[in-house]
Amino acid sequence: MKNHEGGIGTGVETATGRRVMVTLDGNEAAVSVAYRLSEVAAIYPITPSSTMGELADEWSAKGRANIWGTIPRISQMQSEGGAAGAVHGALQAGALTTTFTASQGLLLMIPSMYKIAGELLPFVMHVSARTLATHALSIFGDHQDVMSCRQTGFAMLCSNSVQEAHDMALIAHVATLRGRVPFVHFFDGFRTSHEVNKIQELSDDDLRELMDDEAVAAFRRQAMTPDRPVLRGAAQNPDTFFQAREACNPFYEDCPRHVKEVMEQFAARTGRRYGLFDYVGDPQAERVIVLMGSGAQTAEQTARWLCDHGQRVGVLKVRLYRPWSNEDFVRSLPPCVSRVAVLDRTKEPGALGEPLYQDVVCALREARETGLIDHEPSVIGGRYGLSSKEFTPAMVKAVYDELDRPHPRRRFTVGIMDDVTHLSLDVEQGFEILGEEVVQCIFYGLGADGTVGANKNSIKIIGEETDNWAQGYFVYDSKKSGAITISHLRFGPEPIEAPYLIGKARFVACHQFHFLERYDVLEHAATGAVFLLNSTMPADRIWEHLPVGVQRAIIEKDLQFHVIDAYQVARDSGMGGRINTIMQTCFFGISGVLPREQAIEQIKKTIQKTYGKKGREVVDRNFAAVDNALAHLQQVNYPKQITASESPPLISHKAPDFVQRITGVMLSNHGDLLPVSAFAVDGTWPMSTARWEKRNLATEIPVWDAELCIQCNKCAIVCPHAAIRAKVYNPDALAGAPETFKSIDYKAPDLKGDKYTIQVAPEDCTGCRLCVMVCPARDKSNPRHKAIDMEPQAPLRDRERDNFDFFLTLPDPDRSRLRLDVKGTQMLTPLFEFSGACSGCGETPYIKLLTQLYGDRILIANATGCSSIYGGNLPTTPYCTNADGRGPSWANSLFEDNAEFGLGMRLALDKHREQAIELLLRMAGVIDRPKLIDELLNAPQSNDAQIAAQRARVEALAVRLMEIDSPESSRLTLLADYLVHKSVWIVGGDGWAYDIGFGGLDHVLASGRKVNVLVLDTEVYSNTGGQQSKSTPIGAAAKFASAGKSQPKKDLGLIAMSYGSIYVAQVALGAKDVQTVKAFQEAESYPGASLIIAYSHCIAHGYDMAFGADQQKLAVESGYWPLYRYDPRRTDAGESPLQLDSPAPKTPLADYMRNETRFRMVEQQDPDRFRELSAAAQRQIQRRYRLYEHLARMATDEKPAAGG
Amino acid sequence: MDLSTHYLGLRLPHPLVVGASPMVDNLDTVRRLEDAGAAAIVMHSLFEEQLSIEHRATVYHMEIYADAYAEARSYFPEASDFALCPCDYLNQIRRIKQAVAIPLIASLNGVSCGGWIDYARQIEQAGADALELNVYYVATDPIESSAEVEDRVVDTARQVKQSVNIPVAVKLSQFYSSIPNLCSRLEEAGVDGLVLFNRFYQPDIDIDSLQVVPKIQLSDASELPLRLRWLAILSSCLRVSLAVSGGVHVAVDAVKSIMCGAEAVQMVSAILRNGPRHLTTVLTDLRQWMDEHEYSSIRQMKGSMNLLRCPDRGAIERANYMHLLQTWREPV
Repeated sequence: MKNHEGGIGTGVETATGRRVMVTLDGNEAAVSVAYRLSEVAAIYPITPSSTMGELADEWSAKGRANIWGTIPRISQMQSEGGAAGAVHGALQAGALTTTFTASQGLLLMIPSMYKIAGELLPFVMHVSARTLATHALSIFGDHQDVMSCRQTGFAMLCSNSVQEAHDMALIAHVATLRGRVPFVHFFDGFRTSHEVNKIQELSDDDLRELMDDEAVAAFRRQAMTPDRPVLRGAAQNPDTFFQAREACNPFYEDCPRHVKEVMEQFAARTGRRYGLFDYVGDPQAERVIVLMGSGAQTAEQTARWLCDHGQRVGVLKVRLYRPWSNEDFVRSLPPCVSRVAVLDRTKEPGALGEPLYQDVVCALREARETGLIDHEPSVIGGRYGLSSKEFTPAMVKAVYDELDRPHPRRRFTVGIMDDVTHLSLDVEQGFEILGEEVVQCIFYGLGADGTVGANKNSIKIIGEETDNWAQGYFVYDSKKSGAITISHLRFGPEPIEAPYLIGKARFVACHQFHFLERYDVLEHAATGAVFLLNSTMPADRIWEHLPVGVQRAIIEKDLQFHVIDAYQVARDSGMGGRINTIMQTCFFGISGVLPREQAIEQIKKTIQKTYGKKGREVVDRNFAAVDNALAHLQQVNYPKQITASESPPLISHKAPDFVQRITGVMLSNHGDLLPVSAFAVDGTWPMSTARWEKRNLATEIPVWDAELCIQCNKCAIVCPHAAIRAKVYNPDALAGAPETFKSIDYKAPDLKGDKYTIQVAPEDCTGCRLCVMVCPARDKSNPRHKAIDMEPQAPLRDRERDNFDFFLTLPDPDRSRLRLDVKGTQMLTPLFEFSGACSGCGETPYIKLLTQLYGDRILIANATGCSSIYGGNLPTTPYCTNADGRGPSWANSLFEDNAEFGLGMRLALDKHREQAIELLLRMAGVIDRPKLIDELLNAPQSNDAQIAAQRARVEALAVRLMEIDSPESSRLTLLADYLVHKSVWIVGGDGWAYDIGFGGLDHVLASGRKVNVLVLDTEVYSNTGGQQSKSTPIGAAAKFASAGKSQPKKDLGLIAMSYGSIYVAQVALGAKDVQTVKAFQEAESYPGASLIIAYSHCIAHGYDMAFGADQQKLAVESGYWPLYRYDPRRTDAGESPLQLDSPAPKTPLADYMRNETRFRMVEQQDPDRFRELSAAAQRQIQRRYRLYEHLARMATDEKPAAGG
Repeated sequence: MDLSTHYLGLRLPHPLVVGASPMVDNLDTVRRLEDAGAAAIVMHSLFEEQLSIEHRATVYHMEIYADAYAEARSYFPEASDFALCPCDYLNQIRRIKQAVAIPLIASLNGVSCGGWIDYARQIEQAGADALELNVYYVATDPIESSAEVEDRVVDTARQVKQSVNIPVAVKLSQFYSSIPNLCSRLEEAGVDGLVLFNRFYQPDIDIDSLQVVPKIQLSDASELPLRLRWLAILSSCLRVSLAVSGGVHVAVDAVKSIMCGAEAVQMVSAILRNGPRHLTTVLTDLRQWMDEHEYSSIRQMKGSMNLLRCPDRGAIERANYMHLLQTWREPV
């Protein structure tokens, strides 16, 4: 099997024939081998390892065989714990099995890992090593996860590069079968897993050559089978456990030998030689750095450079970390080493040192005592690179410099500035080791403009169609909408071993003009570099539109400056808004990396290969884009003087100090410069910071026609970003309003005489158009014109910014005077605004509504996923406070434990309240305010007015308590606030609620405790990229169900209803907002647990999100998403608790399905299958509706309660 | 009595053909139509533009957020190859050909030359006996001249004709300024037949929501006279097969059409309203009418009232209009 689908590939001659060169990332490099050497894989998606499982699934779906000619079976599980359990079972039953994971996922596998190792089951799991969630979550790379497994009994083999991820995968799979010890094969998350590099591909023959048939047969013979039954997993007791546990020792003693042997065979076959520990540098080095992972490559290249410049230094790369072979380690060190620095990419607070450091110290001590060495070098230990923090040659040099000092620091960090514990090393700025022969290019793109995809193509073209080597690494935004991507590409005549970002680029492209206002895109441009800018301005007019910093950089660095109006070319070529092919063509046109004609031919070949099977028209349009691109590329002859005036600061001077000092620095992409002291010690972060980041993403924003508006506030309730707001207010508040501020008489009778305004936040709107689509008010003479229309943002920006600022000064209406329905809730300030969610997100309107209703009194437990990312991914925070300083208190624990996390909050709140009551009763005499105490204990708190009254009572109590000097008084003072009702909302997506967190969710719902659960149901794992969940419906394509899911969606609501004691509602805001608001209110008022399942349209459904509400309507009308509320309180009145809020299915399901790519792609791949699946889905909908109808008609036998 | 006719070179036992409609989606319905006596069946149109748009839309939505965010390489599984051939349509041709013995005429909608013309070949390979090319097009661009529109129709028809060996008919709308000229150019281009006329999907308007509501209205008898006129004119000057489509509901309508020159009479609305058995009724009535009026064959009446042979040529031409105006009276 030719495993890689890349180009024809350049090749190199080796002793065993011509080797195919391919360009791929570390994940693909690893899974390429793992797939071909496995029969079964059980997986669960988690960043940054998800790609490995996805590729395995993709290949399996396409029928690719492993080296034994059979197609591996890939199974997605409900959690990593589940995946590990399935792996364990598959191994016990004798199948060659693998899995892929990272971070928290790996932690969930640990219990099974002990079992697998304890049973000596040969197995390799591939881990793209990632940070663990501590004070914060991070998706990026370090060794915290794998270091948590070093005690499990797994062998641990580390890869330092993409090539090694490929090679070590093979070595691990062979070695585990020979020695029976299971392996964790790991490499750095993102830096290696996502780096694209050119590597020599291992062929199936290579794999077969190393694979040991006898070892496979031996493994098969150990399989559980009733034909040769055995018993495993017995319980042992004090008499035998210890001895039995020691019985495996010989396998661990032999494991390093097996690995060495395989490495030697591997070298003979491929010419690539690896050792358990590999030393590089001066053979007489005195100073040596010991480390593993991608940092080792940087250290190696730096050490070579320093050696070339006269220094005696070296690097010891640890490959087989467990089992540790001390003899191999010691023999690898140069004999005259006197000082060793051990670098750990992890942190173990409170330990004597990080794990590798401890191992090295212990190893050297033992080596001296056993006579392996005569003298023991001194050892220092440092941390580097947590959460993919850059690790550069300059940092390596800093470590060598430290070792050279008379008294090196025993503990240090490198790569940050630690001004608290002063552990960090000083790093020389501008230190570079890469030569001129390496072409370095940086591209600034928009997530949705295809820049990264085009760059991956370019790397393939250069790497696979020429003799050049190529490398690509991609930096992504923390926001999902309007996200920036920064691509770092290197090309050169020698292999590129530089796993760090580009410092000096010979080519810089900026694919979006507005980035110039926000980012220093020319920061890394080298003198004389080529600068390509996508702009609507032609060459003769562009200069006057450039910000001052850009003009200065262009002049000072003497850049060759080119512009192209790529969006115009895209439109002319029928490409819509996709500029990727155009910018790619321009890159090849002016960078000189390849001859122009050759490059264009290759681009077209790639287009044909990518789209040939997706329609001729798609290919033709891309070809036209290529042909048109160069014709529209213009060189700019710029003046040699700056003509622009200074740009305004990125962050308003009105912003709070923290935002100016910290957030602003992070927003400008310079967060690396912030010192340790800038941060809270426990991960606490201020609220309300998103409002200071003015992203200006929308090219068009909604404009309000006050006369036409019917004041329904539907635009506000659907807005995912709280960027269009409504308010009713006293006319007096208009004093000082900007001239263009719009205001009109409020039409409803209840607040007669008040004024009304709809106001857009022009710089925060993402331009999704949901508000326009739901606006029901049309101009009778020109129905195309609605009360909300989209108009270009640029001319409106300044005016509407002032208007929005003024709008924010208008006081909120008195909540007690408002009817909190769809309209009323939208008059209230949302306490969740301007999140980083996708433009048009279907989830965030629910959260916003929640904060408008109850934001001043809720704790939110948020499961990991999209909602935790847009809810809490820095630099900015969207949750905010009201005028009183109250607001939702939000926290994310993990993915799997969120329901329990929320329940814990409830337990604490209840306990606090209980203690407050106890103290209040105990101190009643001393306090001596019987009426106040009685009301504090018994007054109702079911609406805003009552809550406000209770808060006033608590304040009165606090005043009284200040007069009482006693320990009990102090305690009650701290607890009195808990006498005011507070509620817990447990929020998460379907991946959490239906899959990984379902057990906990079920338990928490069953507890009867007063918690509210909001499931934002996108019917797929959205955050990790569209893997199927148990919420995915029949007929939808998702990863791990690429041919369309054949099993129906789990009916979570019905499961919850089966308890009979849980409030359950299924809602769709875009279809029936009234019902949604009602459900939130009933859930909140319900005295037990509640569950709201909220339909959330999502980019993973594949259509323009502007039509989100329309699709929601179709979902409801077709019966796909029936609306209901199940309120056990109705039972008391003798009614059925279930009330259906949507009528019987009336439109065909196909009308709904055909609008969404997730269904349509199934049809386009296999129309017959689609017909079957959609018919099955239609039948299931009818059946389900009949069942619901039946339940809704079933009145209870119970007599209505008296007076009920 | 000989009811047989030649349409597009196909010998049909009688002229009654089921016109393009969604009835072909259901094999049971197709069988019932055969049982009811249909001489041939026309499939509904395969829309090239729609296929192309759907492919582009799917590719667009699959790609637009790919490689945009660190945690998600993409949001959709890697699609296997799209069924670029209109598999569903072709499979249905195969199924119908297996299910019934009567000729099957496929229908392809296309308004310009393009890669989709290959679909014609695939349709032929799937077993269709003939192809009806439906040039459904609403000209909305003031810059585009009628000559350009007509040139495109002729070019498209020529290319389709050149790419297949089965007979090709072109289904036209009545909105051309010189229908005989266009039709004779089509004849020169090699087409085997013409179908008069296409009925456009008509937009309707919802006066409450101020929205345009696309609507399919079944035909009624008022639509026939227009077709009769053009059958009469064209059958007098062209050699290609002619079929009427639109407004034929009862046997007398069929008789009129045949007399004006139609070799085939397509029916849809009346069958949709009354079910496949209606076809049997019309056929029986046709036979009875011919019997009563002592016609021995269809051939005998075909074209008897066309422009060359009808007693009052002027009534078919402009004079018809004048005459009607003069005789029209205010309703009392």
